[in-house]
Amino acid sequence: MASVEFVRISKRFKDVEAVADLSLTIADGEFVVLLGPTGAGKTTTLRLAAGLERADVGSIRIGGVDRTSADPALRDVAFVFQQYSLYPHLSVYDNLAFPLRSPLCRMAEDAIRARVTEIARLLHIDDKLQSPATRLSGGQMQRVAIGRALVRRPSAYLMDEPLSSLDAKLRADLRLELVRIQQELGATILYVTHDQIEAMTMADRIGVMEAGRLVQVGTPRDIYENPSTIHVATRLGHPVVNLIPRGLIPDLPAPPRAVLIGARTEHLRLSKAGGSAQASNLVGSLSWIEHLGDQNHLHLKVGDMELVTLADPESGLSVGDRVSVALARPLFFDDAGQRITV
Amino acid sequence: MSDNVTAHSVVEPSSLTKRIAGILVVLYAIITMVPLGWIVLTGFKSPPDSISYPPKIVFDPTLEGYCNLFTTRSRQTAEYLASLPPPSGTCESIARARNLVVVSESKFVPRFWNSVVIAFGSTALAVFLGTLSAYGFSRFRVPLKDDLLFFILSTRMMPPIAVAIPIYLMYRELGLQDTKLGMILLYTAVNVSLAVWLLKGFIDEIPREYEEAAMIDGYSRLQAFRKVVLPQAVTGIAATAIFCLIFAWNEYAFAVLLTSGEAQTAPPFIPIIIGEGGQDWPAVAAGTTLFLVPIVIFTVLLRKHLLRGITFGAVRK
Repeated sequence: MASVEFVRISKRFKDVEAVADLSLTIADGEFVVLLGPTGAGKTTTLRLAAGLERADVGSIRIGGVDRTSADPALRDVAFVFQQYSLYPHLSVYDNLAFPLRSPLCRMAEDAIRARVTEIARLLHIDDKLQSPATRLSGGQMQRVAIGRALVRRPSAYLMDEPLSSLDAKLRADLRLELVRIQQELGATILYVTHDQIEAMTMADRIGVMEAGRLVQVGTPRDIYENPSTIHVATRLGHPVVNLIPRGLIPDLPAPPRAVLIGARTEHLRLSKAGGSAQASNLVGSLSWIEHLGDQNHLHLKVGDMELVTLADPESGLSVGDRVSVALARPLFFDDAGQRITV
Repeated sequence: MSDNVTAHSVVEPSSLTKRIAGILVVLYAIITMVPLGWIVLTGFKSPPDSISYPPKIVFDPTLEGYCNLFTTRSRQTAEYLASLPPPSGTCESIARARNLVVVSESKFVPRFWNSVVIAFGSTALAVFLGTLSAYGFSRFRVPLKDDLLFFILSTRMMPPIAVAIPIYLMYRELGLQDTKLGMILLYTAVNVSLAVWLLKGFIDEIPREYEEAAMIDGYSRLQAFRKVVLPQAVTGIAATAIFCLIFAWNEYAFAVLLTSGEAQTAPPFIPIIIGEGGQDWPAVAAGTTLFLVPIVIFTVLLRKHLLRGITFGAVRK
């Protein structure tokens, strides 16, 4: 395994700036997830690392060696595509063996068989080895695609939303499986997703992308608790962070430039409104309760605004109750959406 | 129409519509098959039967047409014929009955062979070049791509005969006149445009992720093309090959103008087979029948690909 470094990379497609001045280092053995909405430049970043696109500006180093303009084959990386990645004219076995039979690899057939069987067992597709690739279910196909990356021992694995086409159960299973495999192999992985749960659960570090820029890089905890912008704050957390205009709670101590106050659902402290409510509290009425089983989502109406918060099912609150809301750990944002730290 | 609606919300045709469609198809098939059937029958008629009026549907079948196709004969006096040993072989006996002797083999076999070499040679070349350029047009940023593609297509916009004279003069200058190589090059040039356009459509349909995956897996672009793209383009290549072959096999205008001897193909040769006292219709019909055989075999061999090829792109998976 090896490190992957992006040094001030930019890439344009005609008049769209896909990646702008991106610098990021993925350390040897690190699992980095790029998170962002569609069109944020995540996949382009991955394709730049793989050599499927050439950067306009900047350089890419893999294992400390400059690979900015090397052919994909010579970069020694493995890539898992979102879809379409199995060769339809080959069996599962031949699909898995394909990278090992490449002119650059030249492994003996015996060694190939051993390797393919091992990986197939790891991914629970060892009973499908002789099936044509097109006869598999979506989940099996995607496991073969991941397996085709794992049969090699490349410098780094690049994964482009490999789990997005799978159902929820399989996605959860494979998520754990991937983390386990990554730790076992000590693999360097750059992983692209728009799914915050994948990012939160698998990543050593998360890079949040928006409009071609890397907005913030940090550990999942760090990104969640200390988002640098409104965009990052809203990317993570479900239900989405509540954004309250500063004007609604004039008594809350806040930096002067703050115009929006972010409050994560779990940082809203509810109590039945009574005489003892502090001046810095919001007062509203409970308009709706979503029962999810293990937890409840409470929808509060405060003036014209709706807040969403969590409550355990035994909170004793019911629709129509007047409640007072205290903000624990509020996040302050200025008019440009930048976080103001206090 | 019934109300059966499938998952794709295509209305299932009722049995009545199916039956009407079936009848129409059979009628059309009969109409197109009648001339073919007539040609096959004529091949087994004697020359007088072939031009009798009203046309004979019931007749004594004879191999005379086929014998006349493969041989040349000369008329002899009765005394000379009497002095000959008894006839050996069917054709000799048929000839003797008409006071003829078989002199030599006709030019049909070499002409037919010319057709095979030129048609298959030019098809192979056109499909090979077409596949490579279609791949290039499909995958790379080619400067002036659309203009080039239009230019390639425009070579088919005028009838071949319009350029026949310039090509004739060029070929005479280059010494390609009446050579197999010349005809292969000419048919290739005409077919390559068709091949590029058809194959570009097929290759466009193959997601480029396959090659990208292969290139990351350690293969060069050319190796990825051979190992991943080509196997998936087989259907399109087969369909294209059939279209190219049919053109090259049937081509008449250039063949008449540019070949007269050595490289003459079957189409200009067959219609001018002259027998005793004019056109030898049974021999012409026999030649036509045999001329149909290779294309039928080729099409039957590739029919699966052809069907899939024609409907390719109409249905997305």
